[in-house]
Formats: sequence, structure tokens, C-alpha cells
Amino acid sequence: MAEKFDAIVVGAGPSGNAAAYTLAKSGLKVLQIERGEYPGSKNVQGAILYADALERIIPDFRDDAPLERHIIEQRMWVLDDDSFVGTHYRSDGFNKPPYNRYTIIRAQFDKWFSGKVQQAGALLICETTVTDLLMDGPRVVGVRTDREGGSIYADVVILADGVNSVLARKAGFRPELDPGDVALAVKEIHFMPEEVVESRFNVADGAGVVIEMFGKITQGMMGTGFLYTNKDSITVGVGCMLSDFKAQQCSPYKLLEEMKAHPSIRPLLEGGEMKEYCAHLIPEGGYKAMPQLYGEGWMIVGDSGMFVNAVHREGSNLAMTTGRIAAETVIEVLAAGKACTAGNLSRYRAKLDDSFVMKDLKKYRELPGIFHRNPQFFTDYPELLNRAAHTMLKVDGIDKKTKEREIRRTFTRKRSLFGLMGDAFKLWRAFE
Amino acid sequence: MSTAIKIEEKLFQNRYRVDAGRPHIAIKDPDVCAHQCKSQQCTVCCPAGCYTAEGNGAIALITDGCLECGTCRVICTEHRNVAWEYPRGGYGILFKFG
Repeated sequence: MAEKFDAIVVGAGPSGNAAAYTLAKSGLKVLQIERGEYPGSKNVQGAILYADALERIIPDFRDDAPLERHIIEQRMWVLDDDSFVGTHYRSDGFNKPPYNRYTIIRAQFDKWFSGKVQQAGALLICETTVTDLLMDGPRVVGVRTDREGGSIYADVVILADGVNSVLARKAGFRPELDPGDVALAVKEIHFMPEEVVESRFNVADGAGVVIEMFGKITQGMMGTGFLYTNKDSITVGVGCMLSDFKAQQCSPYKLLEEMKAHPSIRPLLEGGEMKEYCAHLIPEGGYKAMPQLYGEGWMIVGDSGMFVNAVHREGSNLAMTTGRIAAETVIEVLAAGKACTAGNLSRYRAKLDDSFVMKDLKKYRELPGIFHRNPQFFTDYPELLNRAAHTMLKVDGIDKKTKEREIRRTFTRKRSLFGLMGDAFKLWRAFE
Repeated sequence: MSTAIKIEEKLFQNRYRVDAGRPHIAIKDPDVCAHQCKSQQCTVCCPAGCYTAEGNGAIALITDGCLECGTCRVICTEHRNVAWEYPRGGYGILFKFG
């Protein structure tokens, strides 16, 4: 007779770890299966950690979690070919503990989180790929792995297996991803001395800066670039909708290379030693692309459930929150002596609807579509904005009133008056 | 702008444990790539450059440098000609930083 668990969690990223930790801590018998050499070795993220979601799971995580820098300044750059218009928000309020968010290195962070999961009592097996879900009629009763005698049973299987979720697809729980619903992001990490990072970004004592960018760097595609400061390294990357990469026949690593060569970005990377290149899909389809989230004996959490708020660059916090709420639902169902049927697990969806997760995703449900249909937000406007700044700031004997008229003319020439009003309306609708 | 870069130079920085002789991705029907697919977008969009167009229209796939992102499978919308699984446990890309 094969061993049976209360719950099996597939994957040891933020959502899987949050779920396994919460379940194990309540005393349930939990098995977690990870295909990597160690938790984190298959996982890719920018990466920003939002403290709140983790604090609700491990309140004292700051005592020993591997955190890179706490963020005190956010820059937002809108780039043209050789310039950018930007805003910086820097606050000493963000420089007082407890800090609100941090840069992290996922290979280290996930390993740490997994240590907490194991301390809480979950059994972790690494270097093991789950190949199939074991079914009894319509009900999921366990998993099959690529290990010998690899069938394992449980009351519930939580799929935390990431954006590609091979398992959910094979089982028919969700369709293949649509290239219009996922972004492909590529990034590199560049190492340099800690003092160089601090002087280059005007920070000290573990504080850090993030830069979010859009405009010409995505070469007309819908997407964004980013640059994050770690302790003694900088992460730089760019992500665009996969449908755009496909339509434009654009090579992702060339796109990254050209972005790194931008005159405003290159000096920030100067002298760094590149030590890793990663690629990852980000499920950005939002509310409308969300699959069924639970069924007979199964639940989906994190990226596999498309839980990403693309507008606010939030993902790992949604992953941890969905993992925790899924686990809490299972704990309640089992404590009541009930079975993990779809009906009993439906509380998961109800709880999500009540949380910031669904409220935020619902709020921005129209946004992916609007940006898809209106590429001018990534092409014309960054250019117009930069040229307007250039016109206004260049001192050349032309009076400012004439300059203003000239700027107005470039805007109406590019987008027409109705076009401008329409775009303003669309943006208002999208963010409303 | 001169930004010619060989993808091999980037991948060289990464750590892999290659499952020799057991690629985790396969082209289902090579004839479909060679004769029915005009765009052959996998040769451009794969961030690890695993797919190359051969002179005769065929596509060569070498998965050793694969970053396991899923792009090739997701963009093959017209023909669904990519059989895509995760590598066996412990094999494939092993991110040092992620």
C-alpha cells in the first residue's frame, strides 16, 4: 500500500512554500515535491519581495531571510532612443524598519523559505518531477513522479507548479497558454562591489533603488524593462508580450542587449561581471485569463493560476497569498471531517474574491486588452514626451510660448485631437 | 548600433546538468516545420537559441541550453508541433541566482 498524505504540494516556489508551510504548521501530513536540485534552482523572478504577504505567514522572516536591499526609491523612466523622461519617488519613510519591500535573489530566498517549510514538519523531496495526476474518475487522488514506484496518494493535490503548469494542462483543468496572455522576460545579473552599487545609486546601509522603464526599449512591443539593485549586483531585464515577440519576429536576447546599450542604462552597468542569464514567462493575462482554480481533490495557486498583477509588477505576493489561502481552506475542510470535493474547496475562490488578490485583478481586467489594441502607449507617447522635454529644455533663443505651440502641434499631428482625447479616456477606463 | 552577441556567450555563464540522450523537448513532426510553417518563429523567439533553421527549411533543435521557459511551445499556435515536458528531476538548467 502506497503512503498517503493529507496534502501533496507540487512545486517549491513562493506559492508552494506558502501552502506547504501553512498546512504543515497546522499539523497536517504534507508532502512537497520539487523538480529542481534544491528549491529555487528552477525559479526566476526580477525579484522584488513585498513584505506584507510573507509577514502574514512568517511574521519574523526578517530575522534570518536572505534579503538583498530594502527599497527606498522607485524610478519610473519613459525612454526614447537616447533619452528618458522620468520620475523618482524617494522617501526616508521607506528607510525605517520594518521595511516594506526588498530585492531578493530567488535561488537563495526559496531555499530559505523551504527550510522553514521543513521545520514546520512538511516532507520535501527534490530532484523529482511530477509527471501525472492520479485520477479516480473525476477525482484527483495523488501524483505519479519520475521516480521508481513513484505513485503517491493524498486527500488533496495543490498545483504550485508555475506558469507552464504541465499538470493542469494535461489533466484538462486549463487550456494551453495564449501568447497574448503571457510576457516573456529575459534578464541578467551583473556583479560589482557593494560600494559601487551604493555610490552609483546614491544609497547606503542596505538601502536600494528600483527602476521600471517603458518606451523605445521594447521596440514597439507591449512590455517593460527593469533594473534592480541587489547587495553587490544589479539585475537588468526586459519583458514583452509573447504575441508581440512572435508578430515582430524579435529575438529576446538582442532586445536585452540593445536595452543595455541605451546611453542612460549602460553607465549603470559599467564594470559589472555578468554571471547568469535567465528567461521566464509571466502570466499577465489577468482576471479574464484565469482558469478554474479548484476541483475534485485539486487546487491551483500562484503563477499556474495566472495570479499576477502586471500593472503593479506584483506576483510573488499574490503567489504567497493564494498558497496560504488555499492551505487555510484545506485545513478548514479537513478539520470539519469533510472530503476535499469541489463543493467544499469552493471556499477557496470565495476567500480569494474577498481578498486584495481578486479585487486588484478585477480592477485591472480591461487593461491588458486596452494596451494590446493601443500600441501607441508604448511607441508614440514615449517619443512625444521625450521630444517635448527636449524642446522645452533646450535653450536656443526661441521663446517658450512658441515652443509650447510646437509641442502641442507634434502631439496633434501624431495622434490628432480626437485621438488624444480617446487615449485619455482609454487610460482612465483601464485604471478606473 | 553594434550589439551583435552570440547567445552561447550568455548561456556559458549558466549552470546545467544535461540529461544526455534524453531531450525534454521534441519536434513532433519535422515535416510540418519544414513544409507547412512559414514563420518558424521558434528560431527567433527562443531566448536560448535552441532552434536553428537549416538551409533546407528543416529546423534543428538542441535542448542543452534550454532555460525551460515554455516560449517555443506557447508560440507554436498554428501547428502545435512542440512536445514539451520538464526535464527529469534534477536535470536541466540549475539557476545559481534565478
